[in-house]
Amino acid sequence: MLSVTDLHVAYGAIQALSGVSFTVPPGAIVTLIGGNGAGKTTTLHSLSGLLRPTRGKISFAGRDLTAVPPHEIVGLGLCQVPEGRLVFPESTVAENLALGAYLRRDRAAIAATRDHVFELFPRLAERRGQVAGTLSGGEQQMLAIGRALMSAPKFLLLDEPSLGLAPRLIETIFERIVAINRDQGLPILLVEQNARLALAVSSYAYVLESGNIALHGPSAELAADPRLKAAYLGG
Amino acid sequence: MTEFLQQLVNGLSLGAIYALLALGYTMVYGVLRFINFAHSDVFMVGAFAGLYLAPLAPGGSILGGLLVVSGAMLASALLGVTIERLAYRPLRQAPTLNVLITAIGVSCLLQSAGQLIFGAAPRSFPVIFPARALSVGGLDFSSNQVVVLVSAAALVVGLRLIVFHTRMGAALRAVSQNPRAARLMGIDNDVVIRFTFALGSALAGAGGVLYAVNYPTIDPLMGVLPGLKAFVAAILGGIGSIPGAALGGLLLGLVETFVGGSAYSTYKDAIAFALLILFLLFRPAGLLGKARVEKV
Repeated sequence: MLSVTDLHVAYGAIQALSGVSFTVPPGAIVTLIGGNGAGKTTTLHSLSGLLRPTRGKISFAGRDLTAVPPHEIVGLGLCQVPEGRLVFPESTVAENLALGAYLRRDRAAIAATRDHVFELFPRLAERRGQVAGTLSGGEQQMLAIGRALMSAPKFLLLDEPSLGLAPRLIETIFERIVAINRDQGLPILLVEQNARLALAVSSYAYVLESGNIALHGPSAELAADPRLKAAYLGG
Repeated sequence: MTEFLQQLVNGLSLGAIYALLALGYTMVYGVLRFINFAHSDVFMVGAFAGLYLAPLAPGGSILGGLLVVSGAMLASALLGVTIERLAYRPLRQAPTLNVLITAIGVSCLLQSAGQLIFGAAPRSFPVIFPARALSVGGLDFSSNQVVVLVSAAALVVGLRLIVFHTRMGAALRAVSQNPRAARLMGIDNDVVIRFTFALGSALAGAGGVLYAVNYPTIDPLMGVLPGLKAFVAAILGGIGSIPGAALGGLLLGLVETFVGGSAYSTYKDAIAFALLILFLLFRPAGLLGKARVEKV
């Protein structure tokens, strides 16, 4: 479904990614874990076209994305829930969701997706008229995920959905993420700092370390790997 | 009382022109976070477009006047889009300061080109709307003031409809709130920016013609002072806020007119700007602006 080969990205003279390769098969949740500055967000930005790789290939549904502009990537069905949620703070919940469906024209289908989002996150339905900037962090995360679903994506990129949330909320959000994947068969690439959580919900994992894939394997195996335990799972 | 109402009408019709210009500053700031200093010269070109279009339309009629205004708006929109494409688009990744300096350069270029093409001497602007002196309840005003107020109000309502009730308007608001998030929605930011320039420049063009109708000589430097004041109006209203720009324009027009009508008329600009400085000391974000922390 999505495969990345030998991805190199640089910010000026600083090399952020040097030869990252991974694949996400249809219907799977694959996670990309690693510490601060390992290159996780850089990878996602390249996938969405916000950054241009200096070398390498990004292939999505049989197309090379390395020269496709961001708005067309969304049109192809690759949709990102960005780090820090980036909801539109002055717009209402309903307006944020409508913007998620910006590229769709079929009003009936859009309304059906919105109903589905409200089913997944009843909180959003309650607050549909509220301005997004006044929502709590957890609600903003729900909105960011709901907004991405409004585009009727074929593939979802999630950047640090647990960031800054209370443990109980993280649980709810991850439960929904698993449900979205299970019910719609939507493949997900999950980027997380919380390695324990990411390994629990994914089937396969890649560990990113200073711009390289240091380790990869089925999530259950990696969770038991002593190297990973020492570095990311707190012993 | 009559005196007060008289000045109120004068102030509002001047303020309406500042408002039309201020909207362009604030909208461009919204999507690109820089002040387009060439905006005041688009206003000037709009007035000259009106001058050259006037003989083609039936003079002194409402329809003819509206045709001239529409033509000038179209010409200004084209100019605005061209400036954006040639001067600002190549600098999209550059620091804001570079874009700002470029805008000053474009402004100088347009003023000099205007003097070369239109001539530096003031030209008198033809009568395009029916011109009558009206007297209602002891108030004297010209039909032109009514034209300015009604046209400006209609344009602001039209702008509101576009910004809040169209797909492109939704995209414009998204880009001004968060350009990166907007791209992740599938919005082509370049198209939105082009549209913003077209819209803002069209309003400036309309402002240019309406200004010329009321102050009937025009010259290639005519945009400088109204441009500066409209910029101030946009700041006063809260830069980035569309209703703020409209409000700021009206307010500045009123202050200027009332001070101009008082014993201190010589100092009207000084007093108007002193009031502005004082106001911003207490409310730095402007009337309707939100205090936000700039992330550098």
